[in-house]
Amino acid sequence: MTVTTPELRRTERRPPSAFRLFGAAARSEWTKLRSVRSTMWSLLVTVAITVGLGALFCAARVSRWDHLDPGERLHFDPAGFSLNGLFLAQLAIGVLGVLVMSSEYATGQIRATLGAIPQRRTMLAAKTAVFGVVVLAVGLVACGVAFGFGQLIFKAKHAGVSLADPGVLRAVIGGALYLAAIGILGLGLGAILRRTAGAVATLVGLLLVLPILVNFLPSPWNDDISRYLPGEAGTAVFQVVRDNTNGLSAWPGFAVLCAYVVVALVGGAVLLHRRDA
Amino acid sequence: MIEAVGVTKRYGSTLAVNDLSFAARSGVVTGFLGPNGAGKSTTMRMIVGLDAPDAGRVTVNGRPYRDLRFPLHEVGALLEAKAIHPGRSARNHLRWLADSNGIGRRRVDDVLEEVGLAGVARRRAGGFSLGMGQRLGIAAALLGDPEVVVLDEPVNGLDPEGILWVRNLLRSLAGEGRTVFVSSHLMSEMSLTADHLVVIGRGRLIADASVADFIRSSSANHVRVVSPQAGVLKTSIQQSGGSVAVEGDDTLVVTGLDCREVGIIAAQDGVTLFELSPQQASLEEAFMEMTRDSAEFLGESHVRGGAGA
Repeated sequence: MTVTTPELRRTERRPPSAFRLFGAAARSEWTKLRSVRSTMWSLLVTVAITVGLGALFCAARVSRWDHLDPGERLHFDPAGFSLNGLFLAQLAIGVLGVLVMSSEYATGQIRATLGAIPQRRTMLAAKTAVFGVVVLAVGLVACGVAFGFGQLIFKAKHAGVSLADPGVLRAVIGGALYLAAIGILGLGLGAILRRTAGAVATLVGLLLVLPILVNFLPSPWNDDISRYLPGEAGTAVFQVVRDNTNGLSAWPGFAVLCAYVVVALVGGAVLLHRRDA
Repeated sequence: MIEAVGVTKRYGSTLAVNDLSFAARSGVVTGFLGPNGAGKSTTMRMIVGLDAPDAGRVTVNGRPYRDLRFPLHEVGALLEAKAIHPGRSARNHLRWLADSNGIGRRRVDDVLEEVGLAGVARRRAGGFSLGMGQRLGIAAALLGDPEVVVLDEPVNGLDPEGILWVRNLLRSLAGEGRTVFVSSHLMSEMSLTADHLVVIGRGRLIADASVADFIRSSSANHVRVVSPQAGVLKTSIQQSGGSVAVEGDDTLVVTGLDCREVGIIAAQDGVTLFELSPQQASLEEAFMEMTRDSAEFLGESHVRGGAGA
């Protein structure tokens, strides 16, 4: 059978470079992130917790200041202490990270996403980059403000520190880095597990439950293992004086946390590439 | 051009698609038909690279979908309506899609206008009716002005006006020389829209033919004969190899012979005829006839399995 069909006139399109592919994917993810309200709310909650809870802790510490023994005052870490809200804020960011990936599966949108960007690992990389930069920016604001409020409160007891003091600037920036790492850890878990509930449970297990369980182990196993747990290792980066003398120092600790993040992301990328969507 | 060659897909122990080969050409609307569970959606998912075939290959314009960069310029697909984040507006949904393939933002407003959603562009997609979701899905498929359009049940949930709109849209897309591959379970709709049919049952190809050929070849076609001597005629027709069903006192429904053959038999017997008319099957009847085998096979194998247990 010979049928003459009209030829569709098309302008020749040069296939985009890998760089342009990533750029377009990143722009797309940025549009996605901005256009749902839950993102804004989660980020606001993260800032509110970091600043509000931090200030509350600082105020409580100041009110008890005169009752502290000299040793406690000597080892007090005004910078790290003002960032203690991060222990709760990390959950808000971690859950948002999970949702960035798992909500795609829950709504079925993942099929549109992978239909538009069949280069699945490029898509995941772009998603991670955009989300990481956003959390880092929000984290810097949150930690900066929390640090500022904290030092204002400590001023009453002449216990505050300044950003110029050794390790302080690193701790404030480290707080933002810690949040970004936890968020991306959530994103990676979301990519692996594809279900919100499972990924959130795993994240909470890693950050909160595992340290408790490890503590039940006989010494010195408990200390040997716990210093390499993601939360325990990662928190060093926003503390100037470690409360746990057994723990890793700032950058090695953060590197350990990053190793967990990389494992989750690479696992997610491999599964995303291989599995049917 | 969409081409499937020897495609097989298995989910666990279920063989969803079994050695399926077909092609959808440019410039025509190819209807993709099959009973529920025949493997239509699975096949469409493999076309757009969501699922990978276990054997064989599916290509779009000669290349596997997952090799395409910025695929929306080449292939537009609607696989399921409402595969959309409910919290995002229609316009923002199309905007992230446009961004992902380097498509300008103006095109977003153009397609929203084209599918009749311009008035609700800022509303959250979660509140959309099924029909509005379908229109948004079609808008997404058209976003990159693609040469190949793949639509899974596009008229689902649409009102009569919407169905007519989709029909005209598909006809005009094919008229512009595009490849249009569309599945539906509405046979009457397909007979109006499609030029060519790919029919599958239980994951296997049943027919790959033009709509006219498909209906012509159907054994659901028959000849209606009205005669005062119906009884005499019935015996002669059966002797000549036709099968006859009796309708009322004087009407016969003949299958297996055409009008010409029945007319000759009547003349030989000297039988008076009041009516001798070919009755062409509808697409629906032809479809039911064609796919009955796969349904019967299902029943038979089931019984065998039971006996063996």
